Amino acid sequence: MVDICFYFQVHQPYRLKKFSVFDIGQNKNYFDTKKNKEIMQKVAKKCYIPMNNVLMSLIHKHDAKFSFSFSGVVLDQFEEYAPEVLESFKELVKTGNVEILDETYYHSLVFLYSKKEFKIQVAAHKKKIKKHFKKTPKIFRNTELIYNNELAKFVEDMGYKGILAEGADHILGWRSPNFLYKPKGCDKIKLLLKNYRLSDDIAFRFSERSWKEYPLTAPKFAHWVNKANGNGNTINLFMDYETFGEHQWSSTGIFKFMSHLPDELKKHPDNEFVTPSELIKKYDPVAELDIHYPISWADVERDLSAWVGNPIQNAAIKEINKIGELVKRTNKKSLLRDWRKLQTSDHFYYMCTKWFNDGDVHKYFNPYDSPYDAFISFMNIMNDMVLRIREIKNPKPNEIFEHAKALT
Amino acid sequence: MLGWEFPPHHSGGLGTACFGLTKGLAKEGVNVTFVLPSLKKNAKAEFVKLVGANVKMKKVNSPLKGYMNSETYHNYKLDLVKEGSNQYGKNLMEEVARYASKISMVAGLEDFDIIHAHDWLTYPAAVEVKKKTGKPLVVHIHATEFDRCAGENINKAVYNIERKGLHTADAIIAVSNFTKARVVNNYGVDPDKITVVHNGVDMKYKPVQEGIALSESEKIVLFLGRITIQKGPEYFLLAAKKVLEFMPDTKFVIAGSGDMDSYVMQKAAEMDLGKNVMFTGFLRGRDIDRAYQMANVYVMPSVSEPFGITPLESMMNNTPAIISKQSGVSEVVNHALKVDFWDVDKLTNQIIGVLQHDCLQETMANNGFSEIFKINWNESARKCVNVYQRFA
Repeated sequence: MVDICFYFQVHQPYRLKKFSVFDIGQNKNYFDTKKNKEIMQKVAKKCYIPMNNVLMSLIHKHDAKFSFSFSGVVLDQFEEYAPEVLESFKELVKTGNVEILDETYYHSLVFLYSKKEFKIQVAAHKKKIKKHFKKTPKIFRNTELIYNNELAKFVEDMGYKGILAEGADHILGWRSPNFLYKPKGCDKIKLLLKNYRLSDDIAFRFSERSWKEYPLTAPKFAHWVNKANGNGNTINLFMDYETFGEHQWSSTGIFKFMSHLPDELKKHPDNEFVTPSELIKKYDPVAELDIHYPISWADVERDLSAWVGNPIQNAAIKEINKIGELVKRTNKKSLLRDWRKLQTSDHFYYMCTKWFNDGDVHKYFNPYDSPYDAFISFMNIMNDMVLRIREIKNPKPNEIFEHAKALT
Repeated sequence: MLGWEFPPHHSGGLGTACFGLTKGLAKEGVNVTFVLPSLKKNAKAEFVKLVGANVKMKKVNSPLKGYMNSETYHNYKLDLVKEGSNQYGKNLMEEVARYASKISMVAGLEDFDIIHAHDWLTYPAAVEVKKKTGKPLVVHIHATEFDRCAGENINKAVYNIERKGLHTADAIIAVSNFTKARVVNNYGVDPDKITVVHNGVDMKYKPVQEGIALSESEKIVLFLGRITIQKGPEYFLLAAKKVLEFMPDTKFVIAGSGDMDSYVMQKAAEMDLGKNVMFTGFLRGRDIDRAYQMANVYVMPSVSEPFGITPLESMMNNTPAIISKQSGVSEVVNHALKVDFWDVDKLTNQIIGVLQHDCLQETMANNGFSEIFKINWNESARKCVNVYQRFA
């Protein structure tokens, strides 16, 4: 018997304006409202709305089940720029076949830097989910599937029953991702691992003509899933929701593929669709898994190097953490909210310099000319934040950097 | 191979490029006879030692030099006449024609399969040789008249020579896609005839770390190149003015010489930049490396740069580069900041970014240094050989 567990990540960052040294201290907005609105409405049309329709019909036809995690900042942008998308997701959740997971509101890396702030951002997320979907999530997934023992223990103590992580070969060794595991140092919480091969076949390779399995059809994929029968409890298909229609365009046939996949999967009487919570009720862990160093689902390395791999990323993160206490002390809502929105992991991803070797994924998503331009822009914003914290208005240009230095 | 300058007697990137390419070709087993105009008879042995045994050098007596225009030729010729030599052309165009006919005589004495000519001064000679021998002609474009004049006041005679060379050629090598587009659009050349071969950088040449003491507070921004309209020195001054508003202690160094020397110096004075902008004059050899190493950041604000080798030299010296998007080198380099030459505010922002954040300078320097290993002359030479082989 093999269960199939779909989990989709839904996220859009608040993209930043290109913030130049001339903008510092000029009382300018950091976020590119026009672009964020455009992108949200484009993705809504290409992906969220049509894919939600596909899932709705699969739920009706096959009793299919799915799970989602929404970043808080994507929910905010639905409210602002595409309320119909939010309504459409609410309809899906109302069917009872869709589970929602928790994460940090700001899709941030904060667990790595401050447990206290992490708790605040998770609590804010929980509240937001409750408000929109009237649900309280029991399963946690951290930003970009960043995971280690410490995180598992921490969220177990926060009351979660399950947690998600990447299941790549070099992490698992001979072990299979098709079972539940017990994180080292934990008692109750169960670990669900992404079947990265099958997940990435859909998310990354679906339209790759040079791939030997191209074109990927529903019967072929169902056959691969069936091969796991008797050799595991679950196939966890974890991917970005934007895979459908945005990364893989409609013209690649991705919607047709997903519409037919449940037909094919259901041909095998043992196959069943489940949500993460159903999985953890159904199965016990087969072994303990010891993951000390943080892993993620990004790039071939599956580590943190997409966000904290080079000195400029480290400097930017250090800077934003450094001003945290000062921001909180001001007690100014707008400052606090900007500070948190600036923690979204995407801003640091744009500063990654390994993208020249490691595929065009980084380049495709990068709105800046180069990682170096992304860094300069971000640091200019940090300088502007300092002036706001210190309530300095209309500074002379030659004093701007002195103010930032005086902070340390 | 027909060129116009060669190290150490060179004034710009063309000499460096010919040197690198010839060395690369020698490694590929190509026998090269390098022909160039010269008044000096020495340095032949040194050349062969530098380049390789299957290369020989042929100097043909002429006062032609790299980056010459009618005015510089005229002044140079006056000096020669004073010294008693009066056999050369009355003006630049006459001398180019006289040189061409001399070359075609020399060509009859040499054994070769391909004519490979670098830039317009050699094109009339190359066309003559093709006419006389019937051998295939490959012309290599490092810069067009449009680049040299930054699009203003094109010299019609030069344009016509370039056009004739390009249309007579059996194959064309352009140093970038940027240049290829220019040749197609401004000279009406069939794009299929053009192969893009990016320049390389000679990594065998290890710069000397001079151990320069830098005071922490004093940051240095460098311009290095010929001071001509093509290289955009004015944009460098405009950015300097703006950077100084934020960082008043910054020093701006302009290294090089050219026909805009006095104009740029005067302009700097007018803009009240006298205390912060320094002129070094033309630099050679180790002084060039020293200049790069002293700088915190190198800026190439060229208005129109077919390739642009200096950012690679800068990266080789562990100094990050900010390069004009209107350049060929921006097609091959990832680990640099890029900017439209006219966007002075963005350039200012990038300069300040590097100067303010040591970690940025360091990251760009490290990544840039690794990157340029991939941009070498052997690769360029191999691509040239592929072009030659079409005629084998």
